[in-house]
Amino acid sequence: MRTDPYRLTVNGRPVEVVDSHAGESLLFVLRERLGLPGSKNACEEGECGSCSVRLDGDLVCSCLVLAAAAADRDVVTVEGLSDADGEVGPLADVQRAFVEAGAVQCGFCTPGLLMAVDALLCEEPDPDDLTVREAISGNLCRCTGYGRILEAVDRAAAMRREARS
Amino acid sequence: MSEVQATPTRGRTRPSGIGESVQRPDATPKVTGAFAFSSDLRHDRMLWGGTLRSPHPSARILSIDVGPAVALTGVHAVLTHSDVPGVATFGLEHLDQPVLAGDVVRYEGEPVAIVAADHPDTVCQALAAIQVEYEVTEPLVDPSRAETATPIHPDGNVIRRIHLRHGDPLAADREGLVTVEGTYEVGMQDQAFLGPESGLAVPAADGGVDLFIATQWLHVDRDQVADCLGMDPDLVRLTLAGVGGAFGAREDLSLHVHLCMLAMHTGRPVKMVYSRSESFHGHVHRHPARMWYRHHAESDGTLVRVEARLLLDGGAYASSSGAVIANATCFAAGPYRVPSADIDGVVVRTNNPPCGAMRGFGAVQTCMAHEAQMDRLAAALDMDPIDLRLKNALAPGDRLITGQVLTGTLPVAEVIRTCAEHPSAAMRSDEPMTRPGGAGRTADADHVVRGEALAVGFKNLMFSEGFDDSSAARCDLRDGVATITCACAEVGQGFVTLIGQITSEVLGVDEVVLAPVDTTGIGSAGSTSASRQSWMSGGAVQKACEEVRAAVVARVAVTHDVPVDDLVLVEGRVESLSGSVSVDLAEVTAEPLSADVVYRHAPTSPLDDDGQGDAHVSFAVSAHRAIVDVDPDLGLVRVVELTTSQDVGRVLNPVQAIGQLEGGAAQGVGLAVMEEVLVDNGRIRNASFTDYLVPTALDMPPVEIAALIEQPEPGAPFGAKGIGEPPCISSTAAVVGALRNATGLELARVPVRPADIALADASAGADR
Repeated sequence: MRTDPYRLTVNGRPVEVVDSHAGESLLFVLRERLGLPGSKNACEEGECGSCSVRLDGDLVCSCLVLAAAAADRDVVTVEGLSDADGEVGPLADVQRAFVEAGAVQCGFCTPGLLMAVDALLCEEPDPDDLTVREAISGNLCRCTGYGRILEAVDRAAAMRREARS
Repeated sequence: MSEVQATPTRGRTRPSGIGESVQRPDATPKVTGAFAFSSDLRHDRMLWGGTLRSPHPSARILSIDVGPAVALTGVHAVLTHSDVPGVATFGLEHLDQPVLAGDVVRYEGEPVAIVAADHPDTVCQALAAIQVEYEVTEPLVDPSRAETATPIHPDGNVIRRIHLRHGDPLAADREGLVTVEGTYEVGMQDQAFLGPESGLAVPAADGGVDLFIATQWLHVDRDQVADCLGMDPDLVRLTLAGVGGAFGAREDLSLHVHLCMLAMHTGRPVKMVYSRSESFHGHVHRHPARMWYRHHAESDGTLVRVEARLLLDGGAYASSSGAVIANATCFAAGPYRVPSADIDGVVVRTNNPPCGAMRGFGAVQTCMAHEAQMDRLAAALDMDPIDLRLKNALAPGDRLITGQVLTGTLPVAEVIRTCAEHPSAAMRSDEPMTRPGGAGRTADADHVVRGEALAVGFKNLMFSEGFDDSSAARCDLRDGVATITCACAEVGQGFVTLIGQITSEVLGVDEVVLAPVDTTGIGSAGSTSASRQSWMSGGAVQKACEEVRAAVVARVAVTHDVPVDDLVLVEGRVESLSGSVSVDLAEVTAEPLSADVVYRHAPTSPLDDDGQGDAHVSFAVSAHRAIVDVDPDLGLVRVVELTTSQDVGRVLNPVQAIGQLEGGAAQGVGLAVMEEVLVDNGRIRNASFTDYLVPTALDMPPVEIAALIEQPEPGAPFGAKGIGEPPCISSTAAVVGALRNATGLELARVPVRPADIALADASAGADR
């Protein structure tokens, strides 16, 4: 069942989705129709957080959002964190922090975690350990045991504080 | 796009040498989203593949009608067992698993038919339209019945038995010994990597096929796929796509042959991605184990004899069960001096989900049991459990229960001592979130009890029992830039970082190019498993670079008339120690130099009929201390802190090493308190991340690294041991030991469930 074309705003740019099936998730459309595979497909049932994106600023699992329901709303994906006019620009603070802290192993959880950490630091610039753990508890990581990820969040928070001061 | 974007590990890296926390060369593409995992691949005219799986754990297939599926618009192929072009079965040790089930299905989820269609929705419709008539049969689900039950496979129900007998069988037949006995169980754990099974097969103009796939060992996959396709292996080309974790679950074939069959049949590229539920059915798990143990010791704690009966459930097909039971048996007594042992290890076939490799590979199960026994023995002796372990700790020169003399390093006492002595940072907190059960089901703070225990475990590094274990690498040095070709599968562990560090260390270059990882550019690197790649592929890269360095030095020695011994490569230059020569490496290598090598570890021997022999190359040991809080009334648990020491030989990259220790410990915590594939009469009941619980950031305690013990291992490149598996081995045993310490309960089974604590029979205490 095909839908009529609809428009999404992804990473600040309007895009038209054509020839889409009605039941396609936002995750599927981002990955398979818009060439943005950064959002990941680990469980596709809202448990692992790998597909996390910002939808009108809210952190959501894009696997649980119907793409057509995101029409005319503002979607930011991991590709948007370091977006410079459609090209990969300088890394965002959270991205640099993950690279520097050794928070990336296989990397499959990384995009979702980056979105979650970015959202956390926008809300709470100076979170304590428990706040961080709770904020990323919807993002499963199987490689790291979270140790280096927590270190990366500390680094990112410090970078953001420094940038403000 | 017409080109597949699947060279995720290709790229330039600016590394530095051994021992430094060099950043991963693939970290930047992984944080921008640009890194191409196997599920991210696309191709012009690409079709989507899907798999129809058996809903029954045991049934005869009476008929398969693909007609209604073929008739659907958008469906391009529906294939069954009769379409398999070559050998109909595959397997790592025995070719006992059908590519597609023919006359019978032996586990729930066994592939029966495959589909290629224009959209994932069409694939689902086609799978639903295939008519399969089954005659359901009673599944064999109790492994203890497998040996006497009617065989469920032509190869029989015993996959492998090893009856290890060591030392004097009558050693314990005397007065004055202290004896403790126990029976233990380990549940079925899932690797739960995040990147689901996925790949893309592209038919080639030469009649061959290109398969882009996430795997742990490209070349062994290539050989199996080629056999099943009935094709020349040279026409089956595998390229490593980005791997979203592995942990053993990507050692066996999953969708590899299916993808190639669909691509060859349709003449179009085909992509397939398993759902999470399908992934649970689509790969092997950690073997569930039932283990009976009896330890005999002198009254001073000196171990005299260990007896054990190990029963592992291999599920429907063999996978790597033979090697898993070998490890379980060889390491059954733990890293202790045991002069007399009788270990009967058997792995059997059932209609349960197939089991095979998972991080720790047989040693995890027995560690949980032998460490419970050591604590029980300490209690019976009224001895400190750490002193008991130290008293019996294996050391170089000692004999294992396989009769093999430890010739390398194995700092058992050192890991125990450093771990035990490390100060704990664990504090008691009034924060409700940090109580057992967390905020939602907060335990009563007044009822919470704390427990602590230490456990130690060990296993082999690399392949054992006479296996011809090798890795190939090539180094090309041109204009001062080194290009390394090696088919080692990067699965997240960070070997891509080590390639740069090793190359930089040997050649003094600051720029290293990683060539694409495929089956056409180079020979096999062996498997990314068994904690073997730092040693094996690390050794291959080191050797290739050393040969190139020798050629560079020889060239400069001739052109500048200096002795070769006088020349060193440093920071992109060739210099003489005397200072008379200093030339740019880029100039020297304007005419390129290269070396192709195959690296092998020292040979090993098979185990004999008594399970004796020099079957292993090297070993690594780790210790964990766990601190837990428990609400005994509610059965809720919180792992408060883990502390670990590990035998690493030499640290190659400190941050990556810590990442392995923390990540492995998390999987150990999971097995101890939450992770289990629940199998009910052959059916998986929790094939989702909703129901199969993996530790989150709130479940994981901090992991304190007490010590990375650096005793260089003779024969190992840079003296470094593999470090991936030990963190998974002793962590589970430590956590359950701490739960026993907190509750006084026997807790003979992992994972420990709330009911095991809250509803435990009060009479079943630890000191029975």
